[in-house]
Amino acid sequence: MVTKKIILFIFLYSFSNSLFAQDTDSIIGKNNIKELEEVIVIDQKDISGKHSKALSSLDNFLESNNAINMIKRGAYAWEAAINGMSTERSVITIDGMRIYGACTDKMDPITSYVEITNLSKAVIKGGQGGGAHGATIAGSIDLIRQHSNFDNSGLKGSIFTGFETNNLQKIAGAKLDYSTKKFYSDFDFTIRDAENYKAGGNEEILYSQFSKFNMSANVGRKINEHQDLSASVIYDRAWDVGYPALPMDVSLAEAFMGSVKFQKHHISSYIHHWESKLYFNKVIHIMDDTKRPIVPIRMDMPGWTSTGGFYSFINGERGKHNWKASVNGHINRSYAEMTMYPADVNEKDMFMLTWPDVSTYFASVFLEDNYYLDDNWSSNLSIGSSIQTNTINDSFGIESLRIFHPDLNSIKTRWLKNIGYSMNYYKRNQNINFGLAYSERAPSVSEAYGFYLFNSFDRYDYIGDPNLNNEKSIELNAAYSIALKKGFVKVQANYFRMYDYIIGKIQPGLTPMTINANGIKKYEALENANIFNANLSLNYNILKQVNASFRLIYRYGQGNDLPLPLIQPFSYGAVVRYEPNKYVFEINMEGALKQINYSTEYGETPAPAYTIFNLSASRDFSFLKQTILLKTGIENLFDTHYSTFADWNRIPRMGRNVFVNVIYKF
Amino acid sequence: MKTIKYLSIIILFFGLFSCVKTKKQPIQTNPLEGKTLVQKIQNNNHNIALYTENGKFKVGYNKIFIQISKLDNSIVENANISWKPLMKMTSMSHSCPFSDLNLVDQSKSVFEGYIVFQMASNETEFWDLSFEYTLDGQNFQAHDTVHVSESLFKNIVSFTGSDNVKYLIALVAPQNPKIGLNNMSALLFERASMMSFPTLNNYSINIDPRMPSMGNHNSPNNEHLSQTNGEGLYNGKLSLTMTGYWKINLQLLDKNKNVLKGEDVTPENESSSIFLEIEL
Repeated sequence: MVTKKIILFIFLYSFSNSLFAQDTDSIIGKNNIKELEEVIVIDQKDISGKHSKALSSLDNFLESNNAINMIKRGAYAWEAAINGMSTERSVITIDGMRIYGACTDKMDPITSYVEITNLSKAVIKGGQGGGAHGATIAGSIDLIRQHSNFDNSGLKGSIFTGFETNNLQKIAGAKLDYSTKKFYSDFDFTIRDAENYKAGGNEEILYSQFSKFNMSANVGRKINEHQDLSASVIYDRAWDVGYPALPMDVSLAEAFMGSVKFQKHHISSYIHHWESKLYFNKVIHIMDDTKRPIVPIRMDMPGWTSTGGFYSFINGERGKHNWKASVNGHINRSYAEMTMYPADVNEKDMFMLTWPDVSTYFASVFLEDNYYLDDNWSSNLSIGSSIQTNTINDSFGIESLRIFHPDLNSIKTRWLKNIGYSMNYYKRNQNINFGLAYSERAPSVSEAYGFYLFNSFDRYDYIGDPNLNNEKSIELNAAYSIALKKGFVKVQANYFRMYDYIIGKIQPGLTPMTINANGIKKYEALENANIFNANLSLNYNILKQVNASFRLIYRYGQGNDLPLPLIQPFSYGAVVRYEPNKYVFEINMEGALKQINYSTEYGETPAPAYTIFNLSASRDFSFLKQTILLKTGIENLFDTHYSTFADWNRIPRMGRNVFVNVIYKF
Repeated sequence: MKTIKYLSIIILFFGLFSCVKTKKQPIQTNPLEGKTLVQKIQNNNHNIALYTENGKFKVGYNKIFIQISKLDNSIVENANISWKPLMKMTSMSHSCPFSDLNLVDQSKSVFEGYIVFQMASNETEFWDLSFEYTLDGQNFQAHDTVHVSESLFKNIVSFTGSDNVKYLIALVAPQNPKIGLNNMSALLFERASMMSFPTLNNYSINIDPRMPSMGNHNSPNNEHLSQTNGEGLYNGKLSLTMTGYWKINLQLLDKNKNVLKGEDVTPENESSSIFLEIEL
């Protein structure tokens, strides 16, 4: 019975499918049915000493996951690629909310509009398993909102500050939580401000500065023992953000998100939990070239998106079944324009719509069932279906796109399907999981409706195609893990066979709009593409207070027999932690071999091999129910000048950096 | 149950947003509807009213509608009319390309035609427009000065081809260019003499629109102008990807596709020697 309750608890809490709750501490227990679901803990409440740099950006936290690569265009707003696939192929949500970045050049992935103080954890699901919040091929990241509970803990809070020497980053913020048995409210804000960073050898990377302010609040009200209502808002504003790898910077990236959530527990013996949310968000993104002394032409490129939506899910169990059903829908409107100012002031401004006021209407159903065959075997079946309609609202935009697609219809509806099945075998300390899935996705706004979007990586202007086929993927995955007396070993691999893989193809004979660009690419469908990902994690307690972990990651991507761009070469990492008493010391090594498979067609050059070392130390001081956590460390200890496959235009990464984080909690 | 309720609300919501508006085109009955009066030329018996789209004559191609009325304003039908524009300069006079006047479809009183004015009026040089018409076997004449204003952008181009023939190309459409694919047409004339400008058939005109202010880039999916209908009229498609100033580089080809005038635009050669201009 007890076990069952624990199972339930975990199930409700993380919406995961954990079964073997007795192992929650080990990596095996956390995600056994769906090996492809993983959790990154972000909330400072829980991490205390665990993460070497408590006040890292969310991007740093996400990067620690084996399935995720962060594509960097500078020091800020990295783009999370899951399983070697860029954000068009994944669904990233903030507490279940769909948000669309407002930048046509992906300078504002939605992960850039939240702060670590807003979040408790990130739930990462690989492949079709991420289909609960939208159509995905690569997987999903759901950034779970941090909030208090109805636990009558009164007033609690924290004040934190941090400093980093390399880019003079200053971090400051505070959190204030208040909770009674029937009510809670949370408030937090964070400010970050950084100058240009310096790569190894003291090379200043111009236009890598950023400033960010983030603020969020929650309120929750218990209606009765099993029902509660809560509301949440997040406001995020970044300004003066440099993008050294791009020809332009950002003067403003601003987002507002608000939501209201209702949840009900213990509905019947079969239905345990019902949760529904209504949400709205708005993003403004304004690019800026005024800081660049030499540009071929001055231009403004603002973009706006607004999204409203809902989700509702219930879960429960019956007999050997443990199930979840969810529906969700959203309406998005994306608009981006470009104005170029001719040198001759008597000439009219040159204006075009780069996103022609596109509306997306999306509705989806996702069902999931875990079936426990016996003590060792279980299976997971999930099936989902979505309808997506896109309309172009601006006649100027329709006429623009008709240059390339003369018979363009302003309305396009797609039906998207996905299904996945996995089997899990668990015995004593071993867990084996294998799965097969099929999923589809619709082209993104840029892929379908983009108009002369300059990609500074391959230096082509990209044109969308509204009539692209849905991209389809067949996915195979397998994982094996074993818990040892003093650690664990885990191996994961997945393979995606994709059809109608959407990627830009050169259009000979067309000249680009952007000055000095190489040409025009139109989004087209490759007949097929293959991506393979594999990783190995080892963890071993050498001594009682000394733990070592090690990871290897390998990816391979190929489309129509040519390498795909931005695929991680063979990479490795190792951490040794020593935790005497209230101290934590950590040595961290990470690196990659030289990139062998790279895509010259997409402007890629082979990323060289590198290895860097980081050191950190932290200590807890507790007194009178108060804690001061002090963390310090040196990143890139030997000031190595390096750049990885994920660095846009091979912009070098940060050199030696000393950081100090101080967190005071009461 | 609640979920179903919820769902149906959402579906309704989606339905509301997905409605499509369609506008019905009104059926045009009066050919002068939407046209603006430029001026009336009067004689002792009649008024000849001149209409254009915007109430002005400008350098370049002008589509002109005329209607004759008696002095009591009653409209005259079934006239037989011809016209002639003449530029009166201090030392000489010359004409310009113009069409015959023909009755507009399904009208008995409204005539249409075009004049391609080659230059603007000024204090000492002016255009005189004269009419001759017969009504019930009686001949009438009328003439007056008309004001022709300068065009901001080059919409006619005169040149001598490699065959030593003097040509004139006039931009007919688009008069109000839009973003996207525009129907483009131009008229081709020979400048045979100061008074004679016959239209030329069976040539072709290649176009290469460029934006000199933005790296001299061009636009995709243009269609060169070729003759499909009409005396001296050449039609094609002009794609304009953004607002601003566009230079439409031209090449004139004879029926054997020999280039008579105009050069390819290349990184070294920014512009053809013959071109038209558009700003939108």
